[in-house]
Amino acid sequence: MKALLIARRELAGYLRTLSGYVILAILLAVNGLFFNAYALGGASKRSAEVLSGFFYYSSGFTIVAAILVSMRLLAEERQTGTLPLLYASPVRDRDIVLGKFLAGLAFLALYLLLTLYMPLLVLVNGKVSFGHVAAGYLGLLLLGSASLAVGTFGSSLAKNQLLAAIFSAVMLVALILCWLLARITEQPLSDVFSAMSLWNQHFPPFQAGLIHVRDVVYYLVVTYVALFAATRVLEARRWR
Amino acid sequence: MIQVEGLTKFYGEHAAIRDLAFTIGQGEVIGFLGLNGAGKSTTLKILGCVLLPTSGRVVIDGHDVVSQSHEVRQRIGYLPDVPPVYEEMTVGEYLAYVARLRDVPAKATASHVGEAEEKTGLRDVHGEVISTLSHGYRQRVGLAQALVHKPSLLILDEPTSGLDPLQIVEMRDVIRGLKGAHTVLVSSHILPEISQTCDRLLIIHKGTLLAQGSEEELSRSLGGPSIMLEVRGDRARALEVLQGFGAVEVLEGTGGVLEMKVAAAPDLRPQVARAVVGAGLELLRLDANEGQLEALFLRLTHGQEVRA
Repeated sequence: MKALLIARRELAGYLRTLSGYVILAILLAVNGLFFNAYALGGASKRSAEVLSGFFYYSSGFTIVAAILVSMRLLAEERQTGTLPLLYASPVRDRDIVLGKFLAGLAFLALYLLLTLYMPLLVLVNGKVSFGHVAAGYLGLLLLGSASLAVGTFGSSLAKNQLLAAIFSAVMLVALILCWLLARITEQPLSDVFSAMSLWNQHFPPFQAGLIHVRDVVYYLVVTYVALFAATRVLEARRWR
Repeated sequence: MIQVEGLTKFYGEHAAIRDLAFTIGQGEVIGFLGLNGAGKSTTLKILGCVLLPTSGRVVIDGHDVVSQSHEVRQRIGYLPDVPPVYEEMTVGEYLAYVARLRDVPAKATASHVGEAEEKTGLRDVHGEVISTLSHGYRQRVGLAQALVHKPSLLILDEPTSGLDPLQIVEMRDVIRGLKGAHTVLVSSHILPEISQTCDRLLIIHKGTLLAQGSEEELSRSLGGPSIMLEVRGDRARALEVLQGFGAVEVLEGTGGVLEMKVAAAPDLRPQVARAVVGAGLELLRLDANEGQLEALFLRLTHGQEVRA
C-alpha cells in the first residue's frame, strides 16, 4: 500500500521537526486552560456537564489543530519541490492524498489522546460515564477527520503553507456558518444549509454522549468529498 | 526506447515547445542542449510524467506517457531541476523510501540503496541528514533517487547546474558510468558539459528542434571541418594561393596579418603550408578547426534569432 508508505514518511516528518511538537504543546496548553477556566470553573456542576463543556471547547481546538496539521500536507511538497518525486513515481494521485491525510489523522489522534487526562481528572472528584467519553471522542475524531480533509483540499490548492491555512480556515468557517444561513433562508434551502453545517447540527449529540448514524455519515461524507476534490486538484496540476 | 511525435505544450497563450519530434534508441546517452527557456525542462517534465502535453504523442518503451502513465513511471527515473529531497530525512532513509515508492521489494531495498550510493559516491554520507549536506551532495542524492530502482530510462534535468568545476567533472564521470545500464537523457545549457558525455545531441531553441546528431555529424552538416591560418603578406596573393584548396574566408586583416579560414580537410595542412611558404608569404599559425561545438551551438541558436 503506497498510501501507508507515504503516510509513514509524513508522520515521521511531523515527529522529527520542531513544528509538530510546538503545535501539540500550544494546543494542549490552551485547551487545558479553557478546560480549567470554563468547563471546571464557575458554579458547581454535575460531571456530565463538565464533560460536555470539555468536548465543546475541545471541538474548537480540534478544528484549529486540523488546520495547522493539514496546511503543510501538500503545500509543503509544492513549496520545496518534492512533488515531482511523487508525480514521477508509480503512485496513484489518490494514494498521495490518502497517505497525506492518514498521516494528519494519526497526528490528530495523538493530540486527542493527549487530551484524555482532562476527562480523567473529572473522574477524580466525580462520576464519568465511559460511554459519554467514548462518544465524545468519536465525535472529535470524526469532526477532526472532516476538518482535516477540508484542510488537505486547501493544502492542495495553495502554493505555500500560509495560503493553505487561510484557504482551509475560510472553507471551514463557511461550513460552520451554514447554520446561520439556515436560520434566514426558507424551506427547503434552510434544511440543506442546516444539514451542511459542520458543527451546529452534527456535533452537539456527540458532546452529550449520543451517537447518531446521520452525524457519523455526515462527517464521513465531508471527509470523502474533500479528499476526492484534493485528488482532482492534484491530477489537474499536471496540466499547469 | 523513446518516440516523440508532434509534441506541443502551451502555457496559456505561450508555446513552450512546438511540434517536437525525435526518437531515442535503447542504451543511448543523449544530450539535450538549449539556452535557458528553450523548452528543455518542459520536454523533460513531459517525458517524466510530471506534466501533460497540450498535444502530440510520447511513447516510452511501448507505453504512452498520457494514457499509460503508470507503466511509464515504473520504467523511468527523473531528476528535476531542483533535487526533490526531504530535508529532515537521512540519505539512506530517503533513498529507501524512494525505492519502496518505485516498487522495489522490501527485501531488495537495502541492496538497491547501497548500489545507488556506490554509483553516486554517497557511501560516506549514508547516515547524514540531507539538510546538512552541501549543494553538490544534494545534487548527487537527487541523481541517486532517480536510479535507485534501476529504471531503463534516466531523465536528468541540468544535473550539473550550480556545481563547482570539480563537482561538474565528478558528475560527468558518474553520468558516463551509467552508460550501458540505462538509456540516459541529460539536459544542459552549457555545451562542453554534455558534449563529452553524450553519444548524440539534440539542440532545441525556442521550443523547436534545431538540429540533432553526434558532435561530428553536427559540425559536418554545418560546413564541415576547416583549416585556420594566420599569414603575413599580400592579401591578394594569399587568397589566390589558398583558393586552390577550398572556399576562403578572411576573418580579420589588421597590420598586414590576415586571419583566414579555408574550407578544406585538415589532412591537407602540409600542402597548405608548403603552398603559402612557396608563394613568399610568412606563415604565422596553422591549425585544424574540427568545428568547435560551442561555436556551432551559438551559430545555430544565433542564426535562428536572425531569421526570426
